[in-house]
Amino acid sequence: MRIGDFKESYAADEALFRTPTARAWLAVLAAALVAFPFVAGDYLLYLANLVGVFLIAALGLNILTGYTGQISLGHAAFMGVGAYATAVAATRLDAPFWLAVPAGGAAACLAGAVVGVPSLRIKGLYLAIATLAAQVIFEWVFTNWESVTGGIRGINVPPASLAGFRFDTDLRSYFLVLPLAALHAYAAANLFRTRVGRAFIAVRDRDLSAELMGVNLFRTKILAFMTSSWFAGIAGGLFVYFAKVVTPESFPLSLSIQLLAMIIVGGLGTIQGALYGTVFVTLVPEALRSLTQLAQRLSPDAMTWFYPMRDIVFGAMIVGFLVFEPRGLAEIVSRARRFFALWPFPK
Amino acid sequence: MDHLLQLLVSGVVTGGIYALIAIGFVVVYKATGVINFATGELMMIGAFFAWTAMTAARAPFAVAVLVAALGAALVGAAVERVVLRPLMGQRAISVIMVTIGLSSIFKGLAQIVWTGEYRSFPAIFPRKPLVLGPVLLPSRQAYPFLIALAAILLLALLFRFTRTGTAMRATAGDQATAFGMGIDIRRMFSLSWMLAAITAALAGIVIGTIGGISPQLGAVGLRIFPVVILGGLDSVGGALLGGIVVGVLENLAGGYLDPLLPGAGVKDVAPFVALVLILMVRPYGLFGTREIERL
Amino acid sequence: MRPAPGAVPDDQDVLAVEGLFLAFGGVQALADVGFAVRRGSITGIIGPNGAGKTSLLNCVAGFYRPQRGRILLEGRDVTRVPADRRPALGIGRTFQNLALFEGMTVLDNVKLGAHAHLATNVFQALAYSPAARREERTLREEVEREILDFLEIEHLRRRTVGSLAYGLRKRVELARALAMRPRLLLLDEPIAGMTEEETEDMARFVLDIKEQRGVTLALVEHDMGVVMDLCDRIVVLSFGEKIAEGTPAEVQANPHVVQAYLGRSG
Repeated sequence: MRIGDFKESYAADEALFRTPTARAWLAVLAAALVAFPFVAGDYLLYLANLVGVFLIAALGLNILTGYTGQISLGHAAFMGVGAYATAVAATRLDAPFWLAVPAGGAAACLAGAVVGVPSLRIKGLYLAIATLAAQVIFEWVFTNWESVTGGIRGINVPPASLAGFRFDTDLRSYFLVLPLAALHAYAAANLFRTRVGRAFIAVRDRDLSAELMGVNLFRTKILAFMTSSWFAGIAGGLFVYFAKVVTPESFPLSLSIQLLAMIIVGGLGTIQGALYGTVFVTLVPEALRSLTQLAQRLSPDAMTWFYPMRDIVFGAMIVGFLVFEPRGLAEIVSRARRFFALWPFPK
Repeated sequence: MDHLLQLLVSGVVTGGIYALIAIGFVVVYKATGVINFATGELMMIGAFFAWTAMTAARAPFAVAVLVAALGAALVGAAVERVVLRPLMGQRAISVIMVTIGLSSIFKGLAQIVWTGEYRSFPAIFPRKPLVLGPVLLPSRQAYPFLIALAAILLLALLFRFTRTGTAMRATAGDQATAFGMGIDIRRMFSLSWMLAAITAALAGIVIGTIGGISPQLGAVGLRIFPVVILGGLDSVGGALLGGIVVGVLENLAGGYLDPLLPGAGVKDVAPFVALVLILMVRPYGLFGTREIERL
Repeated sequence: MRPAPGAVPDDQDVLAVEGLFLAFGGVQALADVGFAVRRGSITGIIGPNGAGKTSLLNCVAGFYRPQRGRILLEGRDVTRVPADRRPALGIGRTFQNLALFEGMTVLDNVKLGAHAHLATNVFQALAYSPAARREERTLREEVEREILDFLEIEHLRRRTVGSLAYGLRKRVELARALAMRPRLLLLDEPIAGMTEEETEDMARFVLDIKEQRGVTLALVEHDMGVVMDLCDRIVVLSFGEKIAEGTPAEVQANPHVVQAYLGRSG
């Protein structure tokens, strides 16, 4: 809530970043993101790539679960569909990455449409369980449809290349992931400036009334599934080029849960929440890993404690946020900004 | 024909165990509307409690089961009080995620306390397999099934004939009215979770006697979803029937489809395919209550 | 089915309901209900609790499918038209228990009302193409000038509806219904729970909607004073049946009505 912030046109009021301060911060962020890989070490660069890929997936899941209210426990499976489709296109059809990755998105989109069909008849917890079943079934297909997916060995994929320039290092990969992540964040935000996004939120908040306002429930839900799966598919495709391989173990149920954790910890139903949550949930276990490695100097078995500790920290993070700050990091950031905007006045 | 019979009986036996797991899940859902994703991990903890009692304290099996049940009840009550109660009334996804978070914490704790090694129960049951006509049942399958059956019967009696059981059913049916009748809702929530933890512990012990105990034991908890979707999320009888059907389905799929389809593990995926089909045709399962929405 | 006596459906009737039967399981919610609403008028639907008033509105809006009977909107049979297609035909409505989208701002809630009349598809939305931009701009202007200003809630446009007082929420609900560009506006207890001042404001808005915009209104209401003042015609339901229809004076004098309803405090 800014004082003295007057707009003189509706266009200005409908913009995504409405104040000069916001735009300035955006510019600073953009500059930092571009400069970052040149000063960061290998490990941070690797993490940055990972965060970028997961961000795209999390944005997609946020559209489906955060904005449209359809709980999805199978988002990783859609990433997997995109990843395998991209891998097959790249290796069997010799498609360049700028065709293979969108192909992954499209394949995932189709899978999303199929999984969304039950939403015609079921909703809420039942639909959530259906998405869980979808995850299990897709994982089985990834492992067992050996002629296409290569079974347990998976598919190896050469690095992306454009006119001879190969994106074979993490630094180069970063400049593939970053613009795509930014683009998808922009697209996701755009959705909610239009009737399409409003319909999604209406379905979440009061679906029966939304129907009486002219929103076709089934079509809207399928659209939400397909849009969110596109994001997942693109993320999966990018992951394949980044990791150079896809196997059935790349996209398990635990990843679906991790993605849900990202948007919940970050703040369901907000774009910035997806960003905060992805960064937080990806970095916390890595910080733990560094801590454990330090502890290893004192006690040599420290590393065996890492995996269970990671599980506990992950669980505690979810439980902690849900009990104490259910609206996530976005709410905390929002409160902090309000505090500074009004400081030194308390309220 | 004998092959078929063997598969069927095996299926019923496995199904009985699934039913036991599912009943704990249904109890919580019925009373509180919460989908408990931590059922698998509660099973695992119960199994470890019993194992610890038997190996560290040299307790006989029956005592170990009691100890595990008590320990599980405490865990269940703590979970309800500390984690679920603050979340009352929040949206479904929050409650689901909180139980998922709990399952992660339990898994990590178990790994720290008991390490990731596979443990087995010391020999509990007599060696001789059970022979029913042409069908052979290994003792480590037959006896756990009998235990599961006994537990289910006990629960059914509890719900039907005791005051507490009736109070729990009332709370599950209509919280507001139950409250109006003087039933302490919060105590009912607590009891439901304790009961769920106890049944999960029993199921965990049963599974532990069959396949050993490790922090991964909870993974079988996923299997309850096909069971409760078939039987109805809020039906105890449905859980029993659903468990048996899923057990039989698994075995039949494994026995007949495995050789036909590529790869392996048809047994594991078949119940989930069935789950999706059921959701399309009869979402509330065989005995679930249909939810009606008002404008 | 014969139309109700006293109203002859012709092309002056925005809504004609003929022989409506609606039952849920064993409960008969509506039995042989029929009446017509003339263009540019305000018709009140009254009756004791459980008379079937909201069920009637729900049938007209498409939420319930009557077992028998017809609903004609400007002469066109819409009985079989699915609920989500009716707004495009000109039906707008508010809800008895308020059905605002709690997670959205006032502005977005109102904009949602126009959903059926907008055309942006998902690709245009993701890219925020010039076409999407134009549609949003036009919509924003329309909503601001003709609805938010009119209902005096423009200062609330960016507030989340969850934070608003009850009276203001009802106004947002009305605003959203207006955004549906209705030819027939169905109001379900628009005055329930309001203070005297809010009631007067609402009554003024309803009259303005009728007179300035030529919208035809049908409203379900319990507040007899408001009903008698605002309505041109009144339909009285009791236990799912129509027991009277006519001008406020006629209805007030009707002994059946007095017995069923007005005889009690109301």
